[in-house]
Amino acid sequence: MGMNLAERILARSAGRDQVAAGEFVMAEIDLALLHDIFAAQVFNLLRDTGLDQVFDPDRIVVVIDHLVPAPSEAAAAIHQSIREHISRLGITAFYDAGRGICHQLLPEHGHIRPGDLVVGTDSHTTTYGALGAGGTGIGTSDMVYALATGQLWFRVPETIRFEMTGDLMAGVSWKDVILHLAGRFGADGAQYRAIEFAGPAVAGADMSSRLTVCNMALEMGAKFGLFAADGVTDTYLRSHGGAGTEPFEPDADATYEAVHEIALSNLEPQVALPHEVDQVSPVTEVEGISLNQAFIGSCTNGRIEDLRAAAEVLAGHHIAPGMRLLVAPASRAVLGEALETGVAATLVEAGASILAPGCGPCFGGHGGLLAPGERCIGTHNRNFIGRMGSSEAEIFLASPATVAASALAGHIADPRKLGASDG
Amino acid sequence: MADDILRGRAWRLDHDISTDVLSPGAYAVDPVEVRKLHVLESVIPEFANEVVAGDIIVAGRNFGCGSSRETAAENLKALGVACVVTESLSRLFMRNAIAVGLPALICTGIHAAFADGDDIQVDLVTGVVTNVASLVELRADPLPEEMRRILASGGILALLKGRSVA
Repeated sequence: MGMNLAERILARSAGRDQVAAGEFVMAEIDLALLHDIFAAQVFNLLRDTGLDQVFDPDRIVVVIDHLVPAPSEAAAAIHQSIREHISRLGITAFYDAGRGICHQLLPEHGHIRPGDLVVGTDSHTTTYGALGAGGTGIGTSDMVYALATGQLWFRVPETIRFEMTGDLMAGVSWKDVILHLAGRFGADGAQYRAIEFAGPAVAGADMSSRLTVCNMALEMGAKFGLFAADGVTDTYLRSHGGAGTEPFEPDADATYEAVHEIALSNLEPQVALPHEVDQVSPVTEVEGISLNQAFIGSCTNGRIEDLRAAAEVLAGHHIAPGMRLLVAPASRAVLGEALETGVAATLVEAGASILAPGCGPCFGGHGGLLAPGERCIGTHNRNFIGRMGSSEAEIFLASPATVAASALAGHIADPRKLGASDG
Repeated sequence: MADDILRGRAWRLDHDISTDVLSPGAYAVDPVEVRKLHVLESVIPEFANEVVAGDIIVAGRNFGCGSSRETAAENLKALGVACVVTESLSRLFMRNAIAVGLPALICTGIHAAFADGDDIQVDLVTGVVTNVASLVELRADPLPEEMRRILASGGILALLKGRSVA
């Protein structure tokens, strides 16, 4: 019987010819990711077990990305502790504060390969499915076990397949596609399942778009969000420090729990409304809601393609009076490219503040939090109550183009109309 | 060693109880003795004071949704909650519950079959869930042997320590 992508990944990792949805397997981990919120705690727990060594220092990546630059003495102490731990354990794949967000750095530096099984102490580890890798979040105890043994148990998930057809209209991006899917199928629409994003339309999705889509698969409850590895994947891998790849695809006779056909050609820009990711409306139904802040960044949409899409909307204009526009490039490389290509200058001339490469205000730690009654529109992935400061603030999620258009208008705005009026 | 048959008082919760409600971010880096005092405080302020060892959570859909923070499950266990039975569970909560040694079951129909304070019995091996007063019997998805092995060890870290000794 044929296997889908999730089954292929877990079969190989478990050393089996065949696995099927519902089975439990003990799988070998190809890569483990830790970031600064949980790394010190995990390393302390590992030491407490009495083992205090890792299965393979070369298959562990540690990134300081959330509390960057350290906003408090406590954060600085956590970072100091992480540096001591990785030195003792011999972990060399370490990205210190300022290099960028984990989910940008791992693909960007060639750590992710199609078919790999990757675990991370971060729910958005699903992002790596963009390269055909099985990426998924785990908690701190599971990570201690994985670091000590190189193995972890997994239930082979059922898979939902989205067959996507048609071309996106101008001003609409793959962020709008995943927001639409979250709205249509719900925040638990893929609970404990894998999602395969497939169909003729995916050939037109560049790697940046695929990373956005798989990042937010988690917001539908998914264990994995997966694209097959194709020519787009091959080109991306070759240009990011690695060898190319053969196609990595589901078997032709693979089985699925459900297959949904999704037509993209009439999709409008989408906006997720407070306080749930699946409260989604077309932008045309929420235009005019007043705003105080706009945020472009995060592991969802902080890449150069996202900054460029925003700059195209903002070029030659200035954000509305009373608006604040924050831009956090997803990595130092992204910031460098934005500087070289003039994108950064365009953003700053339009009134943007550029933050250090990292998570920025997305998770509510620092760097652009909200007062009671304020509203922010951002390109990130969660709009839960209290996520960015006050629990009386409101967060809207949208594409870089919609966020940029809204920053100019001072209220939620449709990027297609702005583009038309500007010729 | 977890017993296979649990019996206790049911706390009936709503749908979409998030990790922010189970483990508020403001206490994220506090020790468990502090964190457990704030469990569910935004929806049931008296919960942490009134819950007793052996009580069982009965919840609706998408319980434990949100972040990968393991403290959501750890806090409940620290308060003595014996088991969580839900219409559906977030994957990360499920993983973390097993990892810290807290049984978490999915049982269709559970939310309608129980009122707050009902006497509930759960058989972790067969998955049979009983409302002791009304004698309504439901069947949860039984926990796979792999998960029960981790639970019986007291969690995955205990399993790891056992493995390193063996």
